[in-house]
Amino acid sequence: MLTALIVMSGIALVLGGLLGWASVKFKVEGDPLVDQIDAILPQTQCGQCGFPGCKPYATAIAKGEADINCCPPGGEEGIRKLADLLGREFKALSAEHGVEKPKQVALIIEDTCIGCTLCLQACPVDAIIGAAKQMHTVVAPLCTGCELCVPPCPVNCIVMKTVDESVDNWKWKYPVVEIRKAS
Amino acid sequence: MNLFKFNGGVKPDYHKDESVSDPIAKAPLPSQLVIPLHQSIGGIPHPLVRPGQKVLKGERIGAADGNVSSAVHASTSGKVIAVEPRLMPHPSGLSALCVVIEPDGEERWIEKGRLDVNSTPPDVLRDFLRDAGVVGLGGAVFPSHLKLKAGKSGGLEALIINGAECEPYITCDDLLMREQAETIVKGAATMQTMLTAKTVLIGIEDNKPEAFEAMKAAVAKLAEKTMEVVMVPTRYPAGGAKQLIRVLTGKEVPHGTRSTDYGVQCFNVATALSIYRALEYGEPLISRIVTVTGNVGRARNYEVLLGTPVSELVALADPRPDTNRLIMGGPMMGFTLPGNTPVVKATNCIIAGSPKLFPEPPPEMPCIRCGSCSRACPHDLQPFELYWFSRSKNFGKAQEYFLFDCIECGCCSYVCPSNIPLVDYFRFAKSEIWAREKDKDAADSARVRFEFRTEREEREKAEKAARLAAKTAAALEAAAKAQAAAPAPGEAAAPAADPAAEAKKALIAAALEKARAQKEQVHPANTEHLTPAQEAQVNEAEARRAQAARLAETAGKTTDGT
Repeated sequence: MLTALIVMSGIALVLGGLLGWASVKFKVEGDPLVDQIDAILPQTQCGQCGFPGCKPYATAIAKGEADINCCPPGGEEGIRKLADLLGREFKALSAEHGVEKPKQVALIIEDTCIGCTLCLQACPVDAIIGAAKQMHTVVAPLCTGCELCVPPCPVNCIVMKTVDESVDNWKWKYPVVEIRKAS
Repeated sequence: MNLFKFNGGVKPDYHKDESVSDPIAKAPLPSQLVIPLHQSIGGIPHPLVRPGQKVLKGERIGAADGNVSSAVHASTSGKVIAVEPRLMPHPSGLSALCVVIEPDGEERWIEKGRLDVNSTPPDVLRDFLRDAGVVGLGGAVFPSHLKLKAGKSGGLEALIINGAECEPYITCDDLLMREQAETIVKGAATMQTMLTAKTVLIGIEDNKPEAFEAMKAAVAKLAEKTMEVVMVPTRYPAGGAKQLIRVLTGKEVPHGTRSTDYGVQCFNVATALSIYRALEYGEPLISRIVTVTGNVGRARNYEVLLGTPVSELVALADPRPDTNRLIMGGPMMGFTLPGNTPVVKATNCIIAGSPKLFPEPPPEMPCIRCGSCSRACPHDLQPFELYWFSRSKNFGKAQEYFLFDCIECGCCSYVCPSNIPLVDYFRFAKSEIWAREKDKDAADSARVRFEFRTEREEREKAEKAARLAAKTAAALEAAAKAQAAAPAPGEAAAPAADPAAEAKKALIAAALEKARAQKEQVHPANTEHLTPAQEAQVNEAEARRAQAARLAETAGKTTDGT
């Protein structure tokens, strides 16, 4: 009896010590779930979800404070991926947060720009260059199309332009079987 | 020489005899040249000309965008009439920026600068070839200067010159080898020097005996001892780079590696010729040989200026009335042109198609897993598995089955008893994966920029707060000191003012002092070199201003007084 107790408690002590050591040694910095969610989000940093950026939204989803269908730029595909990752049911995009749009980039109409720098301060990804009383311009490849620069402009010189299909971003279409011909 | 074999491959009808009876003809100057700026893999060249500008033959009209890009040139002398989007020879049927030139018929060349291969450093040679617009003319249009670099292990074991030309209908390399064998061999020798290759192997399929003899004679005449012309068995796609390397050297280039790492590099015969022309004569790539064949009266090879509209080119070969479409490239890998596009660097062949020649493909039927496609695949892939994954958009799995090793040769579609357009599915999956990767990269860079910006904003805020705190502390100290220095006379006043108010006052005083100092420091910038008259004028204005200030002061005093 005593031997059994000693043996069992000995094993428990050793294993407990091992676990304790492992939790210190292999401590995970940050929340990996947040990073996984953040990797799915489109990083437009547009704030349409009601959070100041994609990371805060990811954190909120991980904590269960926000739903997965609040991100219009991520669209349906993004929601599906989040649902897969988190093991939740797919939900349609919540209408109050906006609608899914094709990819856009901001364009500053340079004739109208007065160089007020307000859009520079609004751009979450530093994609606008310019200085006070100098013309500003959008670096199109860096623009995420978040539209945050549009409302601050005092002269309404920023327009959102849909990215057109070109030879460089054209994709092969899914081969379609014509049912009428096949039958 | 001991040859090796690759697995798979097919033997379609070759249809090469139609276009080899006549020698290469020079296509006449077209009414208009439409030269697309983006004709190679890599960055889109920047236009260097404006509408209305006169250009000379061989003048650079598009500068390479970075190193992974290639320049474009005016194919003849004339006037630029537009720089605008025009229909591209691309399956999408979309337009892209082109330079439209109206030829003046003079064919006046720009001054040609040639380079000596032996005395010029390799980097300069490569930049020269980039600016001469030399790209692979086998169909992939990869910039040649990027390939003319010895691998990690130093010099090459073998340089392979690809004269296999395995795709049906196409005979442009065949005729080029027959007619310009010596120039090709000289070009190969130049490349051998640049790459420090031990041997050069020229691979030609055995259905081109005339080209083989011509090349052999040229090698013998130029006494190239390290060069060998090799006949390889005719089987599609023996002209694929990896297939030819395997047949000639027995080396199989593994997934995700380059052939240079294994001491082998492969170039097309026409590329060898254009490299030689660029270096020896200073002629950029402005024309190429194009086979015009199919449903035409006189199939033939033409030397065509880049930018020539295909309609004008095909008209030379007398197309039959039932021609309903034009195919660029061969029947296995080519695509139907979306309209009257220009001839570009990638255009090796134009096939006039008719419903009789290329009937509508029969309807696609379900895959029966017969395995014909995997037996036909020259790359030892499992096309039916790739098909399932591409069809169900399971892209990760498709990549696990090495989708990106597929060279889209079309053997699998050719043998499929269910008429499944397998390559179409693979192309769809590939472009979808590329697009997703691009989106992912863009998102990652946006994340980095956003995080950097947030961090910067926080840092700036903290710095500002620190500065303010330091200032307040300094002011407080100054106020305390002032109190300590003069305690005797203001003993009655001192307790009344509490230290905080005192500090605030000191702060305001400091700010005022600073503003005054700044004002004094400012000098008018344009008063250094003045004529006496101007100086007098300035002095007068200053005097007036001083007087006004005095008047205002006295007026203020009087109002105070009253």
